[in-house]
Amino acid sequence: MRSLSFKELWRYRELLYFFAWREVKVRYRQAAFGVAWAVIQPLLAMIIFTLLFGRLARVPSDGIPYPIFCYSALVPWTYFSVVLAQGSNSLINNEALLTKVYFPRVLLPAGTVLAGVVDLVIGSLLLVALMLYYRVQPSWALLLCPVVVLGFMLVTLGLSMLLAAANVKYRDVKHAVPFLLQIWMFATPIIYPVSMIPERFRSILALNPCWGMVSAFRACVFPQLPFDFQLIGPSLGVGVLLFLGGAYYFYRAEKSFADLI
Amino acid sequence: MQRNEVSVMDPVITVERLSKQYKIGLADHSTTLREALSSVIGLSFLRRSAAEDTIWALRDVSFSVERAETVGIIGRNGAGKSTLLKILSQITYPTSGTTKVDGRVATLLEVGTGFHPELTGRENIYLNGSILGMRKKEVDRKLDAIIEFSGVERFLDTPIKRYSTGMRLRLGFAVAAHLDPDILIVDEVLAVGDAAFQKKCLNAMESLRAGSRTVLFVSHNLAAVENLCKRCIWIDAGQVRMDGESRSVIQAYLGNMTGGPAATTELQNLEQRRGNGKMVYRSVQFLSAEGHPQEVIRSGDPVVMRFHYSATEPIAHPSFGFRMYTDMGSLVTDTSTWHHGISIPILEQGDGYVDLEISCLNLMPAKYSLSLWLTDMTGALVYDNLEHGVILEVEAGNIYQSGRELDSRFGLVFFPQKWNLSGARTQGAQVLNDLPGVGESLIR
Repeated sequence: MRSLSFKELWRYRELLYFFAWREVKVRYRQAAFGVAWAVIQPLLAMIIFTLLFGRLARVPSDGIPYPIFCYSALVPWTYFSVVLAQGSNSLINNEALLTKVYFPRVLLPAGTVLAGVVDLVIGSLLLVALMLYYRVQPSWALLLCPVVVLGFMLVTLGLSMLLAAANVKYRDVKHAVPFLLQIWMFATPIIYPVSMIPERFRSILALNPCWGMVSAFRACVFPQLPFDFQLIGPSLGVGVLLFLGGAYYFYRAEKSFADLI
Repeated sequence: MQRNEVSVMDPVITVERLSKQYKIGLADHSTTLREALSSVIGLSFLRRSAAEDTIWALRDVSFSVERAETVGIIGRNGAGKSTLLKILSQITYPTSGTTKVDGRVATLLEVGTGFHPELTGRENIYLNGSILGMRKKEVDRKLDAIIEFSGVERFLDTPIKRYSTGMRLRLGFAVAAHLDPDILIVDEVLAVGDAAFQKKCLNAMESLRAGSRTVLFVSHNLAAVENLCKRCIWIDAGQVRMDGESRSVIQAYLGNMTGGPAATTELQNLEQRRGNGKMVYRSVQFLSAEGHPQEVIRSGDPVVMRFHYSATEPIAHPSFGFRMYTDMGSLVTDTSTWHHGISIPILEQGDGYVDLEISCLNLMPAKYSLSLWLTDMTGALVYDNLEHGVILEVEAGNIYQSGRELDSRFGLVFFPQKWNLSGARTQGAQVLNDLPGVGESLIR
């Protein structure tokens, strides 16, 4: 009866904005620290990781001070993990909307993906502060950060669509996602550098879309780190596949959302 | 079944052989991964419920609605009305059949869809408006009117979690009333709120109709349906039972509710009931003052209504009650033992009856339907609830002892009353003694 209609999505673009706006508005309502939480979360993670892995376990960091090395990856990773956790629940948390009114369903996970950008930008401001503190001399590559972020958003949206749609039918997803994210974090070069991984494993790990994204983001921030396209390429490819697969599954499942939820 | 109108000029809604099947019999609505996996692998013993029953919520429904038509949709609970509206508004999808809807649709299945408790009234106006399909510019333009309509100006910048239910409703309806769709689909929103609010809603709907928009309107308020809609579709068990002029459809619908008048109405076999069943109504009898079954009940007669019940266990603090409606669905009265302050600490297990004694049935001749209910004192726990389970047919009676035939044209009820002409300069005027119990003049 209905197919993916870009015309319709365009017509509903304001609702996408309103869903994102709602999430941003609501997230830190009635919280004494308010928006500061967007900084506190990755900052605390950075401090803990620095103490545990940087100081105690002496994990190398490609000659970059460990705190900023870790934080530069935590900024995109926090975006990914927070948004995916929320995005995968974005349909089941809006049951009243799904059963009472029509709008393109994809706007719910997409709104979450968009709303997360606000936190990402705030988190990035601290990154800039850290760069000044640690005297990191950025190159022109820094301007590529938004491109990497866009790639991250694409992957996040694809996975959010997949998990949110599956969550409607199988609530197992709700329980699996936090666990999945925990494992995923350690499978991504956040607390350790790519250089620590033996060459032969790298091609396998590159299939993790976050692997390439995080490496690319770091390469944008630190001029001494290379853009390793042998890593970024496969990651990006998997990311695009995830996006297409997620979108396909979402639009196929969409029709039964109101009945199954 | 078919509408016998020849000129199909401009259908904006066309529904053809629409069917919708639902799966039932699952413990909860969601399936689990385990079930899916086990069915893939073929391990049937892992499956919890092999029996997958299905029901047809809609079966072969066809009709069309023309531009600027206002169509009421009536039917019992579970007849498929809401499913139909949900398919038309693309919330859910049909199992088979097609729908064609031509124009911008706004769906109002509840008031205030998508309100977020943490957001302020003003923020929620924008959010709700956007969800219902309004553009931001449109909301900007109509904001003042919406705020005024809602009557919550003072709390506009307060999170709506601090609002009362009534305030939320008013705010929600204020937004909805300012929608400007080609087609409006409304379900039961009028069932909530107080009388004043309902009136406001009806007025807003009236103005929509005046604005030559197409409206599909589902409601149990049959008086409102008749008032608003020229045409009415009666859905029964997922099928179109009747489609035509509202008044005749509504009357046929109500006539179908029960078999017809009789001194005793058996209720035990009625399927359409709600409640936990620990205590049920078995039958209702209409008796004369002497306790004989009364086949014909006339205006002004003394009547005893005997409610036979059956309790499967001792019941603490039950309340017996009923609502009486006119054949157009207007509420005449809602009364109960609770209203009378009657306390029943324990009603023992077993059968019995309660009598409602009416010394003078002051109803005008007409057909009335009764919805019976049995609840606890709070009304939260429902033992039994029968919508329109009993029909009371009141015949013309000599109510003012004048021999004049008085029928439903003269109103719904009459009161114990007496005309006093002692202050009028009359010649030879005669006043007959009127009603039982009103013999003496009140004013001396």
